[in-house]
Amino acid sequence: MRRLPDGSRIARAAPVAFTWEGRPMQGLAGDTLASALLANGVRVVGRSFKYHRPRGIFGAWAEEPNAILDLSWQDRAGIARHDPNARATMVELLPGMAARGVNGWPSVERDVYGLIDLAHRFLPAGFYYKTFMAPDWHRYEPGIRRMAGLGRLHDSADPLRYETRHAHCDVLVVGGGPAGIAAARAAAASGLRVMLVDDRAAWGGSLLWQGGTIDDRPATEWVADSIAGLAEATLLPRTTVFGWYDHNALGLLERRTAAAAGWAEDRLWHVRARQVVLATGAIERPLVFPDNDRPGVMSAAAVLQYLREYAVLAGERVLVATNNDTAYDTVLALCAAGAAVTVADARTDPGPAARRAAEAGARIRAGSVVAGVGGRRGIRWAEVAPLASLSTRERLPADLVAVSGGWSPAVHLFSQSGGKLRWDEAEAAFLPATPRPGQHLAGALAGAASLAACLAGGHRAGLAAARALDRHVDLAPPRAPDTPAPAPIQALWHLPLRGTRQWIDFQNDVTVKDVALAAAENYASVEHLKRYTTLGMATDQGKTSNVNGLAALAAFTGREIPQVGTTTFRPPFVPVSLGAMAGLRHSALHTPIRHLPAHAEHLADGAEMREYGVWLRPACYPRAGETVAQAIQREAAAVRTQAGLFDGSSLGKIEVHGPDAAAFLNLIYYNEVATLKPGRIRYCLLLRETGTVLDDGVVARIAPDRYLLSPSSSHTGAVLAMLELWHQTEYPSLRVAFHDVTAAWATLAVSGPRSRDILRRLHTGIDLSDAALAHMSLAHGTIEDLPGRIARVSFTGERSYEISVPAGYGAALWQHLLTLGRDDGITPYGIESLSVLRAEKGYILIGTDSDGMTLPDDLGMSGPLRAKKVDFVGKRSLLTPDATRPDRRQFVGLLPADPGFVPAVGTHAVVQEGGARRSIGWITTSAHSPALGRSIALGMIERGRALADAGAEVELFHLGQASRAVVTAPCFHDPAGEKLHG
Amino acid sequence: MLLIPCPWCGPRSEPEFQFGGEPATRPVPAAEVSDAAWGAYLYVRSNEKGPHRELWCHAGGCGQWFLMERDTVTHAVLRTHKPGAAA
Ligand SMILES: [Zn+2]
Repeated sequence: MRRLPDGSRIARAAPVAFTWEGRPMQGLAGDTLASALLANGVRVVGRSFKYHRPRGIFGAWAEEPNAILDLSWQDRAGIARHDPNARATMVELLPGMAARGVNGWPSVERDVYGLIDLAHRFLPAGFYYKTFMAPDWHRYEPGIRRMAGLGRLHDSADPLRYETRHAHCDVLVVGGGPAGIAAARAAAASGLRVMLVDDRAAWGGSLLWQGGTIDDRPATEWVADSIAGLAEATLLPRTTVFGWYDHNALGLLERRTAAAAGWAEDRLWHVRARQVVLATGAIERPLVFPDNDRPGVMSAAAVLQYLREYAVLAGERVLVATNNDTAYDTVLALCAAGAAVTVADARTDPGPAARRAAEAGARIRAGSVVAGVGGRRGIRWAEVAPLASLSTRERLPADLVAVSGGWSPAVHLFSQSGGKLRWDEAEAAFLPATPRPGQHLAGALAGAASLAACLAGGHRAGLAAARALDRHVDLAPPRAPDTPAPAPIQALWHLPLRGTRQWIDFQNDVTVKDVALAAAENYASVEHLKRYTTLGMATDQGKTSNVNGLAALAAFTGREIPQVGTTTFRPPFVPVSLGAMAGLRHSALHTPIRHLPAHAEHLADGAEMREYGVWLRPACYPRAGETVAQAIQREAAAVRTQAGLFDGSSLGKIEVHGPDAAAFLNLIYYNEVATLKPGRIRYCLLLRETGTVLDDGVVARIAPDRYLLSPSSSHTGAVLAMLELWHQTEYPSLRVAFHDVTAAWATLAVSGPRSRDILRRLHTGIDLSDAALAHMSLAHGTIEDLPGRIARVSFTGERSYEISVPAGYGAALWQHLLTLGRDDGITPYGIESLSVLRAEKGYILIGTDSDGMTLPDDLGMSGPLRAKKVDFVGKRSLLTPDATRPDRRQFVGLLPADPGFVPAVGTHAVVQEGGARRSIGWITTSAHSPALGRSIALGMIERGRALADAGAEVELFHLGQASRAVVTAPCFHDPAGEKLHG
Repeated sequence: MLLIPCPWCGPRSEPEFQFGGEPATRPVPAAEVSDAAWGAYLYVRSNEKGPHRELWCHAGGCGQWFLMERDTVTHAVLRTHKPGAAA
């Protein structure tokens, strides 16, 4: 292997230093990592997944199964980059890249796990499933994972930011080879918005190494002119279309690491195209023969690419093995480069291409195949045998075996789009049967075998895409000289040689014998074969192995290939990093967190901020030297004895307007709301149609045609969506509208026996007397000259006032109330302190005390079902046998026998039945109550109200520990509610 | 990723929409509805293979609910219309 002194478009004046397994090497600008490794004589680049066999570079692009490397480098922006599974054939070489093998220890060239290969007889398909079952796969998994696998992730966070782009176009052309460029030219000439996408850095596809003449000049000139003529189109080189989704939505991955300018970050494109032209080309198949996985066995087309594009001669003494004409381009190029070439052509009459090769100096062995190769870390010899007599072998010295088993059109995107394939016997390939709507096929994908056919087909596809959008094009098609039709391919699958190991899937180490075993064990469906042997399930998605695998399965089950069929093609065509999929939606931008209007004030007051749903809210305000638990007790006690200040701005606020607002809400809410008088407030439940409790909250009637709903902070969106759904679909004739005004208002609650004294110092026109503003009522007016309202509702069980002002004044009001209340000991309290206060009162927290099966009667609210005549949401569900079962779990209080012991949430209440414990419910809330000076709990317990009436004691059980508690009514503080009113 | 023609806004991409399932007629009044009929309304859907009626909401756009006929095999959108419009 060596770099030739001239030829190719590689930049010889621009050396690029890199390292392989720590050894310094030099490539040239324009190299891929793979071409640079070959130019430096590197044969072994990895160890196989299962058997740890040495592996070399096989292909030249996305199909590569072996050259998966661990790659580190620094990008243009100076960011240290790491790709644990870089496909060397697709990596554009950059200065300072450090590449290492991934599956060998201490190195891929001297790998101690290579001994595993000696035991290959004991590692057939399904080996792991059969062997490592008892007692538990997880016992073996870590060790097996260590030996088998690819690169290792670094522990550090990905330093990159990725971009996501959304785009629309009229015609998306996938593939920048001759067919794709011809299609893009034609479509763009009609004035349509065209996107042309190719996964390589340079345009031209196979023209880059095949060359040729188009419109009487070198093909490369035609490519350059055509691309220059597409100035109005969106051109995306280095971009792989990896997935086709419904309705012409396509996923594109733009690799920008080696791009000349702009961000170095990769971009994920979501493109919606009205028409799509697929010109995705074809992938060469390997030949299947004994030890065909050895380093030095390469795809013939890849050998040609390395020679023409990178001036890398991959071998000096080459055996080219083929069953079709395309390999003769490689033969001629190798001969011209001075290599000694022997051709083993499976066809007995190879035709004119072979004669031309013979004239160029190649030795042609017609009707022959390669029957074996030798040399562990690089080919040293190859054996050629007549196909008709495989035991008659001749051993030839060789350092490279270039193979071509025919071509598989790259049908992946076509198949993902729902297209059906047909087996073409003459071409020995699966071809697209008919294009899907809005889709046009061209080039090798559509079976075109010559440059002239690719150009003509591409042009036709571009015209057809334009015509489908009512555009007509007047543009001469590009032309290439006619070439004689190639001699037909002769299908050649694996060789009938017993006792040999012939590889089908290089990346996942699947051999012919594994397929035979699967067939013998009746895994005859191709989908079963895939999962049993893992054929085609590696990161190369079986690009080189699928058809050879199907052919082997057909042979072993006595069927034809089309009867076997193919497995389902799924995205992505190439691996897509999770970072690229996430784009900017990570860290702080993953779920934007909402801040309260007085956020800065809470921080200044020492708040311990925590996330509650989408809100960042104060949990409590620990003082210096105080623990969170101590702060909670102090704050809760302050509210009971003096006064507290709470930021309730996140509580939902939905305004409901309209002459039918009362009628509509009465159909929605469980409780009666139509009789509510303006200025009054009612606590209400909202049910699902299944009768279960969706949310609770207060409903205020502001005016006869205007209500204000206060759903829980985290349920506001769901409640608004429910109102809209019922209005639009069930009661569209009712005149009512909804408006979420949560963010418009700051709402601060002053709670405690001294709350009214504090409010009296507020400059407000609102009458604060109990006659004018009783518990569960509200009034509008000015507050410190701002428009606002004061509502008397309580979540603590103490006299409370909720003051609402425009959100922009929330911070000022917070500071103002702290100042006004200083002499009365006003204390800021957070959610966790409120949670203790509401637990003392037995106020439920929906989603904490209730779950998706809780009905209103379970919570002790059965009145509205009896009283309300209208068919409110969920009503009928409350009348079912299940809803009226006597043994339902009911909301109760629990006083632990040990007042110092706070049982954990989730602790079960149990009874002994038939010698075993049976759960009769569980604790949903527990706390140490500062008001009672002891532990308290709330829970849902079977027949709980009867147990409470009897003052029964139950057994609690949690994580092996038993304790006892007395069942009580769910209210521990001021059960008569005197403190709320007086 | 479906391209959904919102009856108010025109064609928009699926992530803007919320799926509301197959519509069911609500039996009323509650007192006259059998347990079986109510259970069927809550839980039983035809789940057609082929053309299928569905409720969708343009939640990330106009916020309106509408009916869509969609082929569950090919994912082709056959038509959309506003609720109450001739079915
Ligand atoms: Zn809309």
